[in-house]
Amino acid sequence: MMTLKVNGREHQVDADPDTPLLYVLREDIKLNAAKFGCGLGQCGACTVIVDGKAVLSCVTPMILLEGKQVTTLEGLGTASEPAPIQRAFMEEQAAQCGYCIAGIMMRAQALLQRNSRPTNEQIRSELEPHLCRCGTHMRILRAVRRAARLMDTADASSTAEGRVR
Amino acid sequence: MTGPSRIVASIVAIVLLGGAAAFAIVWRPAIAAVEPPGPLAFDAALVKRGRDLAAIGNCNDCHTVRGGRNFAGGLPVPTPFGTIFSSNITPDAETGIGRWSEAAFRRAMRSGVNREGQHLYPTFPYDHFTNVSDEDDRALYAFLMTRQPVRAPARENQLSFPFNQRLAIAGWKLLFLRHDTYQPDPSQSAEWNRGAYLVEGLAHCGACHTPRNALGAERNSAQFAGGDVDNWHAYALNDQSHAPVPWDADALFAYLREGWHPDHGTARGPMAEVVSNLSSVPSSDVRAIAVYMAGVSGTPAPDRKRQGEAALEQARSSSVQASQANAAGAAIYAAACASCHASGRPLPYGGVNLALSTAIASPDPRNLANIVLSGVQAVEGERSPIMPGFAASMTDVQASALLSYLRARFSNQPPWSGVEKTVQDARRAQTAFLMTSPLPRNAPADPQQRDKP
Repeated sequence: MMTLKVNGREHQVDADPDTPLLYVLREDIKLNAAKFGCGLGQCGACTVIVDGKAVLSCVTPMILLEGKQVTTLEGLGTASEPAPIQRAFMEEQAAQCGYCIAGIMMRAQALLQRNSRPTNEQIRSELEPHLCRCGTHMRILRAVRRAARLMDTADASSTAEGRVR
Repeated sequence: MTGPSRIVASIVAIVLLGGAAAFAIVWRPAIAAVEPPGPLAFDAALVKRGRDLAAIGNCNDCHTVRGGRNFAGGLPVPTPFGTIFSSNITPDAETGIGRWSEAAFRRAMRSGVNREGQHLYPTFPYDHFTNVSDEDDRALYAFLMTRQPVRAPARENQLSFPFNQRLAIAGWKLLFLRHDTYQPDPSQSAEWNRGAYLVEGLAHCGACHTPRNALGAERNSAQFAGGDVDNWHAYALNDQSHAPVPWDADALFAYLREGWHPDHGTARGPMAEVVSNLSSVPSSDVRAIAVYMAGVSGTPAPDRKRQGEAALEQARSSSVQASQANAAGAAIYAAACASCHASGRPLPYGGVNLALSTAIASPDPRNLANIVLSGVQAVEGERSPIMPGFAASMTDVQASALLSYLRARFSNQPPWSGVEKTVQDARRAQTAFLMTSPLPRNAPADPQQRDKP
């Protein structure tokens, strides 16, 4: 048994130390926003935030997570009460099939938490680890810029630690 | 003439003579500007040869910034004396080399002097390029003058006194710049000589793999004994190599051509860009480099050979003789690394068995820290080795425990000291490096030229 802190809640998880975080999130805690894409840390679909940093959960074994805070997309906002990053992606209609979008939102969130006004260059280079086959890249970039503006008025940090559900 | 005035006259004469001598050492004339010749002025076959030579010379690596235009310069090169920015070598008339004649280009390559007559800093490795033939300089000139001109003014170097004085470079050259250091050796094969010409000249391998003295010049007495580049350790390539399995010409050829070798692992860091370039040039030149460098490593002594066989044996057997001293590191290895590195899946898609890792056997833990934190990036448009970086998911304490464990388990060398500080430094340097360096995945320029298996 090990304790995993996700979105501000503690979970008792029965998992081997080499189990990838993604499996525990999806199978044990039933948080399905993070997706299994390649399983090799190459596509970004599984990205979550750990202690403020974007992390590829499919290649992050449980042993590395002791005492750390995990935030998933579910921890940022809900359908009825979306966080600024989620609102921005909806308003820009940035998702087509949506499979890669949860991961992209998490890395964008991590970026905006440490840099509330990133340049276009910074957004592009930050999102480089993410693959998107549908090709909504331009909308994704607009959505991140919109999220930055929204967070300027809302408060980005209020969602940083995840909310208790 | 009285005594004192004679002394004064002598002093004046000495000062004048000294001044004249210094002037002769320091002063270089400008070479007349030419009208930019334009891309049609060059023969296509010559340009193509220049393209291959530029790849062997790794020119794009320093003269292109991450995400920037090819050969437009501006890359900050950190040195112990300050930061020097690479120059724009596109044929732009105002900010590049568009107004340089071939003679001006050749003088820069051979003597480190720009068209205007200014001395260039030896971060531009003319101590090697001085060995490049007129013919090859002509092809390189043709290649560069047919690139897209980019308007990109030079960035101001950040050097402290006295290194910000270009005069100082003249002194440096007097001490360290030797012309004609490369001479063919008739007792060796044509292939070996071709390799020697490329390695000592255009490929400038020693610029990273040879240690430097206090004034930043390569120490000739320690050629290929290992050096530093961008917070990476460039491994010793001579008989002091720490590779668990000794290198030979075939292994070197495969590694330089493909970027990995089953007995040695994957090229990464600054070397990834080098092999990316070498994958696109005629294989005969890569073979020549491998043959010459195998001569530099020499034939391994029987002892060294036995160690290599033992390492291969350890890599083949799955017996785990985990040291119990570092349970934290052992657990992280088992959870985060072993599924690729101990899977027995062959390279490049499986990780190299760490018993074969030069990074772990080396006296300097920096490369291992860099690779654990940053991983190996995929090469665009190709099948290539990959590894995820763990910078965001491992703390310094976790990474340090892992490094110490790997050293104890997979090498027969004494423990590293100061591992945690190395990890912290690597984290800092890596962030800075990734912001400024060209993407390793940018190269090669012509991916379809790669004849991968």
